[in-house]
Formats: sequence, C-alpha cells, structure tokens
Amino acid sequence: MSHLLQTTFVPATSPSLRRPLTRTTHYPTRALHIQSKIREIFMPALSSTMTEGKIVSWIKSEGEKLSKGDSVVVVESDKADMDVESFYDGYLAAIMVDEGLSAPVGAPIALLAESEEEIAAALAQISSSSSAAPAPDPAPAPAPATAPDSSTSNDGPGAITGVSSASVSENFSSRSSVANGAMGSSVHPASEGGKRVVASPYAKKLAKEFGLDLRGLVGSGPNGRVVAKDVEAAVAAAAAAKVSASGAALASEITKPSGGGTAVDLGSVVPFTTMQNAVSRNMVESLSVPTFRVGYTITTDALDALYKKIKSKGVTMTAMLAKATALALVKHPIVNSSCRDGKSFTHNSNINIAVAVAIDGGLITPVLQDADKIDIYSLSRKWKELVDKARAKQLQPHEYNTGTFTLSNLGMFGVDRFDAILPPGTGAIMAVGASQPTLVGTKDGRIGLKNQMQVNVTADHRVIYGADLAAFLQTLAKIIEDPKDLTL
Amino acid sequence: MQASVSSLSISHPNSTFPSNISLCGLRQEALRIHSVSQLNKRESRRIRIVSRKSCLQKRLVSVSASASENCGPPKSFDYDLVIIGAGVGGHGAALHAVEKGLKTAIVEGDVVGGTCVNRGCVPSKALLAVSGRMRELQNEHHMKALGLQVAAAGYDRQAVADHANNLASKIRNNLTNSMRSLGVDILTGFGTILGPQKVKYGKVGFPNNVITAKDIIIATGSVPFVPRGIEVDGKTVITSDHALKLEVVPDWIAIVGSGYIGLEFSDVYTALGSEVTFIEALDLLMPGFDPEIGKLAQRVLINPRKIDYHTGVFATKITPAKDGKPVIIELTDAKTKEPKDTLEVDAALIATGRAPFTKGLGLENINVETQRGFVPVDERMRVIDANGNLVPHLYCIGDANGKMMLAHAASAQGISVVEQVTGRDHVLNHLSIPAACFTHPEISMVGLTEPQAKEKAEKEGFEISIAKTSFKANTKALAENEGEGLAKLIYRPDSGEILGVHIFGMHAADLIHEASNAIALGTRVQDIKFAVHAHPTLSEVLDELFKSAKINASVTEPVGEPVAV
Repeated sequence: MSHLLQTTFVPATSPSLRRPLTRTTHYPTRALHIQSKIREIFMPALSSTMTEGKIVSWIKSEGEKLSKGDSVVVVESDKADMDVESFYDGYLAAIMVDEGLSAPVGAPIALLAESEEEIAAALAQISSSSSAAPAPDPAPAPAPATAPDSSTSNDGPGAITGVSSASVSENFSSRSSVANGAMGSSVHPASEGGKRVVASPYAKKLAKEFGLDLRGLVGSGPNGRVVAKDVEAAVAAAAAAKVSASGAALASEITKPSGGGTAVDLGSVVPFTTMQNAVSRNMVESLSVPTFRVGYTITTDALDALYKKIKSKGVTMTAMLAKATALALVKHPIVNSSCRDGKSFTHNSNINIAVAVAIDGGLITPVLQDADKIDIYSLSRKWKELVDKARAKQLQPHEYNTGTFTLSNLGMFGVDRFDAILPPGTGAIMAVGASQPTLVGTKDGRIGLKNQMQVNVTADHRVIYGADLAAFLQTLAKIIEDPKDLTL
Repeated sequence: MQASVSSLSISHPNSTFPSNISLCGLRQEALRIHSVSQLNKRESRRIRIVSRKSCLQKRLVSVSASASENCGPPKSFDYDLVIIGAGVGGHGAALHAVEKGLKTAIVEGDVVGGTCVNRGCVPSKALLAVSGRMRELQNEHHMKALGLQVAAAGYDRQAVADHANNLASKIRNNLTNSMRSLGVDILTGFGTILGPQKVKYGKVGFPNNVITAKDIIIATGSVPFVPRGIEVDGKTVITSDHALKLEVVPDWIAIVGSGYIGLEFSDVYTALGSEVTFIEALDLLMPGFDPEIGKLAQRVLINPRKIDYHTGVFATKITPAKDGKPVIIELTDAKTKEPKDTLEVDAALIATGRAPFTKGLGLENINVETQRGFVPVDERMRVIDANGNLVPHLYCIGDANGKMMLAHAASAQGISVVEQVTGRDHVLNHLSIPAACFTHPEISMVGLTEPQAKEKAEKEGFEISIAKTSFKANTKALAENEGEGLAKLIYRPDSGEILGVHIFGMHAADLIHEASNAIALGTRVQDIKFAVHAHPTLSEVLDELFKSAKINASVTEPVGEPVAV
C-alpha cells in the first residue's frame, strides 16, 4: 500500500469505490453485465453512514412474483427500518441473506429471476458463486454474482486465515468494508472456527469498520487480548506494507480480471479487496505513462511570516500552498493539462488542486476547485469544509475526483523529500517536503539560516517537458518567496 | 430467595412490567416540617381515646381511632403501624402514616434508605451525572457544533466514587431526619413477624424486643439476584452493590443482563473509558422496553459506543479473576442449552434483576408461603396466606411483593396501604406509575408498551392508535444540539384514553410525568391537548404528541365548562 501513500491518490476512475452511496448508483450498470435474466437485489445504502444492514424480515418469500415498486424486504440500518422496493418485475428466486442476519451495503441479498423458468438458473448461480467465492484460489468468480465489497462470504470459515498479519480491505474512505468473516453472519468472530480470538468490543468494532480479520492478530492487551490499538496498528501496518501484486478477481467494476497474482503472506493467500484492486490497477496503469521528476528548493521564510500573520483569520498552510500552486499554474497552463489517450492532450479549463488527506489510516483527495480564482480566506474555509466532510465520509464525487493537479504533503511527518506516482488522467503531481531551517550561502558571500523546503514534481513527459516544469517551479518559488499575491 | 428463581428475569406473575427494574424516584427526601399544632392534635386525640376506653394493657401506648372500632375484646397496641424495612417504600408509608395521625415505628436491620438510597438509584445517579458530563465533554463534534473548545477531559476515579458515596449519605441523613422530626420511632434490628399483629426485632447477640401493632407493613425490599454458577467475589465479579462504589474502572467489563441496571452501568462505564460486552438471555437487548424505543435506544446507546453483545445466551458459569487469569464467562445457548462461547474479561457485573429479601421474616408463623421469594399480595397489598385467604392487618409493599420493582412504586403502595388502614379504600393504579432509565439520553415510560396494548385491545375488542413526535422538531432540544429522540403515545382513538407513553430523548425521565399524571387522573388526550406548555421547552415534545393524536369526532365534546377569570 505504500503506493497509495506515496501517490496520495485515490483512483478517480472508480469513484464508486469510495462511498456506499455512489456505489449503489452503479448497480443498474452492473446489472447490465449479467448475461442471464437473473438480477441481484443488493443491500441498499439507506443512509450516508450505513455500512451494513440487517434483514428485519422478508416481505416476499422465495418463488413469489414481484412487480416493480413492490416492497420486498425490510432492512434495518444504523438509522431506521425501511422497506426496500424492487426495481424490476420478476420472481424472488432465492434469498441469500436470511432474516436476522446482516450484510454489507452493496452485497447481494437475493436473486430476482425474470421468469419462473429462470428460478432454477438463479438457484444454480447461487450455489456456484457460493462455492467459488470462498475458494482461496483467486479464480475469477462470475463477476456480478459476488459481493462487490467483501471478497469472501462467511460460509467458508478458514478460507482466509491470516497467520501473522491481518488482511485489510482498504476501503478507508467509506470505512464500509466489512470483515471478511462478517458477511451474512451474526456471530462474532472470536468464537469462529478453529482458533479462538479474544478481542475487546471496541477492537472488534474497529476491525469490522476497517475490514480487518482479527484471526492471527497478536494482541497486546491483558492475556494477549486484542485491543483497539492492536487493530489500529495492524491497519496502519497493512496500509504501509508493499503490496506488489495486482488484483485478484473480484471488483465488479473491472470488466476483465486484471491478472491472477495475489499477496502472499506467510503461506496464506489473501485476495484483494475491491479497493486494493482498484489501487493496484491504477498503479500498474501509471507504469504506461512516461514520467520524469524535477525537484526544487524553495525558501519559505516569507510564506511562514505571512502564515503567522493571517493564521488567526483561519488561513491554513494547505490552502496557501494550493493557492500558490494554482497561481503558478495560471502562468504555465501546460502543467495543468492532461493526456488520456496518448494521441492528444487536454488543456483543462479549470485549475482544480487535489490535496491528499490521510484519514482513518487511508487517504482521500479532496479537490479545491478553481483555486486560482478563489481568495485565500474562502479557499481556507472551503478546505476546512472538505476535510470535515472527508472525515464524515460525506464527500461528493465531484469533490474528490475532479483534480487537475495533485499536491501531496508529507512535511508534517518531517519527510524532507519524496516522490509521488502520477495519478493516471492528470498531468502532474507535486510532492512537498518539510520546511526546515537550513544554512544557506547567499550571493554576497554570507552564510544565513533560512527555512527551506523541497518540492518534487512528477509529470507526464508526453505533454509536459523538462523546461515546462522548470519554468513552473521557478514561478512557484517566486510566488512562495514573495507571497504578497496570495492574499490578493 | 429460592434456588428455583428463573435465571434472568424475575417477574411477578401478575405484573405487567418487567421487574428487573430498580430505579427510584425518591419521594419526599427533603425534610418535612409539620406544624406543631398537627402533632398536638394527634396527641390530644390519642389521650381522649385512651381515657374513654380505659384500656387495661400493660404497655399501653396508643390506640388509634379505627382500632376502637374493632369488634371483640378491646385491644391496644404499641403502635398503630409498624413498617419492617426503612427503604423508600417504608419511608413513604411512614411519612404518610404520620400525616394521617398514626403512631408509627419503622424497623431497620441495616441502614435507613434501603437499596435505593444506599446501593441503587441514588448513588447511580451520581455516577450517571458524571458520565453524562464526560460524554458531553468527550464529544468533540458536539462541542464544536456549539462553538466550544475543551481540552481533553479526564476524571479522578476516587473523587467520582466519593461523589456517589457522599450523595448517598446525604440523602440517608435527610431520610432519617425527616422521620425522626415527625416522631417516627426508628427501631434498629431485623424484624420478624411472630404472629398476627406482633413483631420481634433485635440485633444478633442482643435480646429481642417484641412489639405489637394494629397494622404491619412488610417493606423489606430486594437484593441483587445472582444466578447459579456465578461466583461473586466483589472485586472482579460484582453486583450493582459493589459497582456503585466504583473501586475500579476495568478496561473491559461484561454486563450480564441488559435491563435498566445493566444499561445505566454501561453508560457509566463506557463514559469512563471501559469497553462493555452485554450478555442477554433473551433474543433482544433491552427486553423490558417498548420494542420501537428499544431499537432506537440501541442505535444510540449501544451501537455507536464501545459495546458489543451476545443475545440469546445464559452466562452459566462465571469465575472471578485469580492467579493472573482473567474473569472467565461461559456462555450457553438459551435455546439449545449447548455451550456457545467463552469470554475472558477484566470484570463482570451481574445485573440480572433483583430477588426479594424476605428470608427470616417469620412468614411461616402466619402461614404465608412466598412465591419465588415474593410475598403474595392482592391488589390492595394485603398479604395472602397459603390457603389463599387474606392475612388481616398485614400488608407487603415494594420489591418484596414484586408487583413493580421501583422505589417510587413501593412508596405509592405504602401510601395506598396507609389510606386503607385509615379508613379510605384505595387501589393503586400501577399503570400510572412511570419508570425511567437514566442513560444519556434518558428513557422513560408509563403504562403499556405497544405489544401489551395490542394484546389488550385484541382481548377487549377496541382499537388502538399510535402517535409519535421527534425531538428533532423541538426548539429547545435543537438549541441543546440534542435532537435525537422520540416520544410515542399509545391511546384509544374511540375514547381518547391514554394507554401508554414512551419517551427516548433528553430529560425523558422528567418529561414522563405529564403523561403519568394524565393516566393517574384519567385525563383524556382530547382534554390534555389544550394544556399550555411554556415555549421553548422540552415539554413541548409531549404537547406536540398529544396534539398529533387523532380522536374520533364523536367523543370530542368539551371537557367541562370553561371558567372565566
């Protein structure tokens, strides 16, 4: 997952991965992939914070005829009980999640057959998918038949047995992914098959939110109990661990499975989650872009002074950097362009600065739209709003996938320099290091102490050349070293 | 206490309420100042009666007016009324007895105040006051929304424990003083019934005193119920008695039972940083509540907190922590009776309800057999003996009769008994007694739950309707940023009778009384909806609730003649 941290980028091409709400909007599309006339009824997202739902009762029983608009099932979310209607006419072929059990948002809970004859086919599909899904061999299951979120169903205990570290599904932005063992189950993981796991209630809750399998996790609490900080550490470790292989078969958004590699972890085979898949796909895709890097050292004394002055008005350093970058991009529109097909490139009409934010062990890239046009105070307010929304998982797709230039700042960790992987579909990304007091020899032969930071831009050389970046960086340095324009 | 008590929920057969309830609304804890003239009046009357009857008893102290109406040979007693047990029930009865002019004694073997004041509702409210504030201060989002900035909130365990303890002793003193100042004799020792109208009391190792009384009220209350297989050591496996001392705040505590007691403690413990695992024998958490309220409460009080739960299981064996081993809890499936799971936790709180404390009362001397420890009584709290006959002059109130295990219910029953022995027939309407759970936010209820009302409606052939209002629509609640909440009214659309009201939300425990008073006084929905509520207050939640009820047009005649002022 270090790619993820470095690029500080969540793939814009599959925004549906991030939020359960948007994911639901993809269902009709996905349903089109289904060859037969058997449709799945998914666990709907009934609220923005809902991550899983419990089936209160099935209003219709198996074999019963449904008309569009009929209430089929009552689902209990974190907020309320709601009737869920059918979008299609047909027959309720099979119930996959029984009353009283829970399923993550987006997981199939029943099959809908178009005609009575197809009920049998639906039943066959259910048996094939349930046998295929938990198999450790990542043979692609019939794509739409598997849960988009949870890679295996709970029916196969032992299918996933992390030994020394846990499997984490990186669905951080929504925190919606459910533990591999939790789908369709009301049994808590501690008692499940084989090795017993003793974990505190909050540790279990966190594990469920992060989609972490507690089995195999070493606890640091009393008597080896797994406590919340163990889960947090495991999630952080999993995020930091280098996942080199590309995705296993799962994400239904992927029309063709992208290779069969899997992450091997001390003998166990852990299929990618949807998010890992998407990240992996993007990272591999980025290899097809010929990128190069140009670094620059910028003195930040003036910027720091200005920041001190206007900090009380709610201005944040992030907003200032974004504003400075946007102003530099105005003068160098080529750096704000992007090449998508390898034959042409687009001069983007807006300067939208995406800024990577780490949240809950993961990250998301809220976008400051028209950062060049909005004043620094409004921009700071906008930024705070976006961060709050990101933490509350309420970012709308246009608020995280419309970036034309990405900023990634690891300065707060004391990182002085790093480079970032270019998110496909954009022209450049800038990695910002920490501003540190540095001994500097000046032109007049004196030695002085100045605050300096290193920035490193990764760009697509098909459209942006070395001279472009160099000129852009020179402009940026000028703006930062004489930041009066920022407050205009 | 009998071994056959069912393991998780003890309820009286006649009770419509879950009896694993131990809350109290303490009645009249403040000193009651009675006028000297009233006391003098009583004295003079007593003297008058005595002189008229010229009784011959050796230890004559008093004869009440009603005693003189007894048939048979003239009798006189040491007291008009003796109450065994100085809990909230006994206290309420004693105060009312004095008001009615009865010479009253109260026998207490432990400390005045009973469970409620010393080991129940009172100290728990102190802890809950702390937990409520902690919760608020820790809720960064909530604070921020109000524009407040608070640095990390912390607490001093011992100071919190002291607050609870100080509150209990303060209330205990108030109670003792209020009885003393009114002239109630407080007799120390365990009381035993020797025979009709005769009570023995005394401490172990001291000679017993025997007193006679015209009427006797048993108000001995209850103790925490501990199912078989559970070993309570008072340190790591505890009951509410120990928990209220707050000697430790464990990292992880299992709470057996998700009724009021368990729920309130989960609120305290999670606010102080513990993680909690509920163990509930029934399939649903919070089984005593209206299901809709319970569900909402679970969404607010359980799911977002550091709490998990096992339902449909018995804790069949709990071993306290020792030799470096944690507390071990063996769970057994409630239906299949097969071992289901084992938990290892730092502490376990047994909150499986309360068992009546009726041992050693000498009930065998008057041929009374307890039912699972409870003293059988009729609707007037008169004790029923083994042959189904009423025992004259003997009453039982409060947890000991199991009708409704609430402190204020005991007190109300005591008052009802005093009314009867002073010549006014009185039957207490238990459906008008409110109950509350002091979580954050609070839960309160009065009357029937929706399923109970439905059952009754089906049996008796009437319709019921439900009205609901949300706290989200209440100005005051929104001003406090506490819009989470629901009030629910169950009523008869044909007559406007209020069958039940359930509230979940800020200050629900204080809001319920408008509804309970309406039920007690027989006020109908179409009448109470004209009552005016100050704006903006939380009470408007109930105002809205009553106004949203739809009563059939035919019965909506005006209440009474409006009075011009």
